[in-house]
Amino acid sequence: MVGDAGGAGLDELYREIILEHYRSPRRKRHLEAPNRHADGSNPLCGDQIEVEAQVDDGRVADVGFTGQGCSISQASASLMSDYVVGKPVGDALAAVGAFQQMMTTGEAPAGVDLGDIEALLGVAKFPVRVKCASLGWKTLEQALKRGGDASEATPVTTDERSM
Amino acid sequence: MTLERRVFDIRSIRRDFPILKREVHGKPLVYLDNAATSQKPVQVIAEITRYYRDTNANIHRGVHTLSQEATQQYEDVREQVRALIGGGRPEEVVYTSGTTMSLNLVARGWARHRLRAGDEVVLTEIEHHSNIVPWQQLRDEVGIVLRFIPMLADGTLDMEAARRLIGPRTRLLSVTHVSNALGTIVPVRELADLAHAQGALVCVDGAQSVPHMPVDVTELGADFLAFSGHKMLGPTGTGVLWARHEILEEMEPLFGGGDMILTVTLEESTWNEIPYRFEAGTPNIEGVIALGKAIDYLTALGMDAVRTHEVELLDYALRRLGDVPGVTLFGPPDAQRRGGVVSFDLEGVHPHDIGQVLDSHGVAVRTGHHCAQPVMAALRVPATARASFYIYNTPEEVDALAEAVSDAARFFGGPTTGAARGAAHGG
Repeated sequence: MVGDAGGAGLDELYREIILEHYRSPRRKRHLEAPNRHADGSNPLCGDQIEVEAQVDDGRVADVGFTGQGCSISQASASLMSDYVVGKPVGDALAAVGAFQQMMTTGEAPAGVDLGDIEALLGVAKFPVRVKCASLGWKTLEQALKRGGDASEATPVTTDERSM
Repeated sequence: MTLERRVFDIRSIRRDFPILKREVHGKPLVYLDNAATSQKPVQVIAEITRYYRDTNANIHRGVHTLSQEATQQYEDVREQVRALIGGGRPEEVVYTSGTTMSLNLVARGWARHRLRAGDEVVLTEIEHHSNIVPWQQLRDEVGIVLRFIPMLADGTLDMEAARRLIGPRTRLLSVTHVSNALGTIVPVRELADLAHAQGALVCVDGAQSVPHMPVDVTELGADFLAFSGHKMLGPTGTGVLWARHEILEEMEPLFGGGDMILTVTLEESTWNEIPYRFEAGTPNIEGVIALGKAIDYLTALGMDAVRTHEVELLDYALRRLGDVPGVTLFGPPDAQRRGGVVSFDLEGVHPHDIGQVLDSHGVAVRTGHHCAQPVMAALRVPATARASFYIYNTPEEVDALAEAVSDAARFFGGPTTGAARGAAHGG
């Protein structure tokens, strides 16, 4: 695949499932009637994301994301969206926590089965890319925690150095 | 192209840069991030050690031998800088920490005290953030009005608009000489003549020009020239603000403290003469002295030869990258009209991913907005990848770059709508 770049661990970063989600992202669209919404932005990379959710009776009935970004940010948002649909809001927020833990420790979280999302484990070995993988999750977290009123919020960022 | 055809002996130059022997991910380092910072030759590295081993002392303070030697070595570099940029007197050279501080010194030390609400400062859309943000801060504080000369699709400036924007209310034109994001060489002299005709002063951001081409403040029509030492083989934390001495005389210091005063009583102080009033506290002594060795190195090569070498590399890089399917090149298509910077993107591959794949090939480029977000907005891209060249780069390294970009295209699935792209040019 990548020329002869194996030594850099590129195959570990860009697992096939990540590339597949990047090329064909799931749920990358606006929702008809979202009642949760948040914006995320990492200006240094040029990553932008908008996450919408429809929460009914404490359940995430649907999630969509739009925006642009690198393969890691897009694939991560796609994997995330697939995972949280149908789950109670509490479980979705727990998955955000488990994902962040996975990015910090580089190990699959105990007690939560993130399924395909664990393909993003390799990202933890590329510290500058962790913020790419985290953007969608942090934005979802803000959308779910903030409830319906999203009018005045500043965009989420996982990039501490935006200048 | 071969090494033998270069304008100077590139093999011997490369031997002077120890870092170029490094490998990255098992590949020879191909360092193409020179617009961010240059690598340093042994002459500069050794000078820092020599200074600390043989000379180290504070300057302008002691009668003892070491202090006098350190002071002499530090002061001698002013004349070297003056000679490099064609200034009138060595005391017109103010040492700073880099271009950012130099531009802030113009904004805070000169404009803050000279401009009033309604006065206009003309900038361009292709400025680095360091030539935008200080002026926005001053606008909010003083009420000056900012005007921006727009960028055309090819990365050059709209000179028709410039003629309209530079007017009787213009007090300062502050403009980059070479765009760090696109490489565009700005016709500074033409703009400076327009500004001077209105009685305005002209500040030039030379961060991307002074290291790479002959720069003469008189020919440019500059009243201020800001640049960094670390982009021209010198240490980080070194930089220069040059200004005509009569302008420096009317400027206020940014910082108060030691070395910048003549007399201090408990009630008040009087300022030292220029340039010392702008250099409060113990400065980056070893950095400035080593910057002198960097200037020696460049002067020995000759800035004309440096420029010729970069134009050849750039011309080759524009052709090689332009041949990669899916690549869009930004900025002026003609190598003669740009500095040694190639900004590009690749259809279907985010610049961050391009940078990651290139790194796996040992190729170091910058990806992102290059501290020039208005340029990205004008190009309607979130970010670009940028390769930038210097004296030690070779055509073989351009080949490595082009091959790595092709690999990135293959890895991410290749261009899907390549035929529709390339509107900028060369895609």
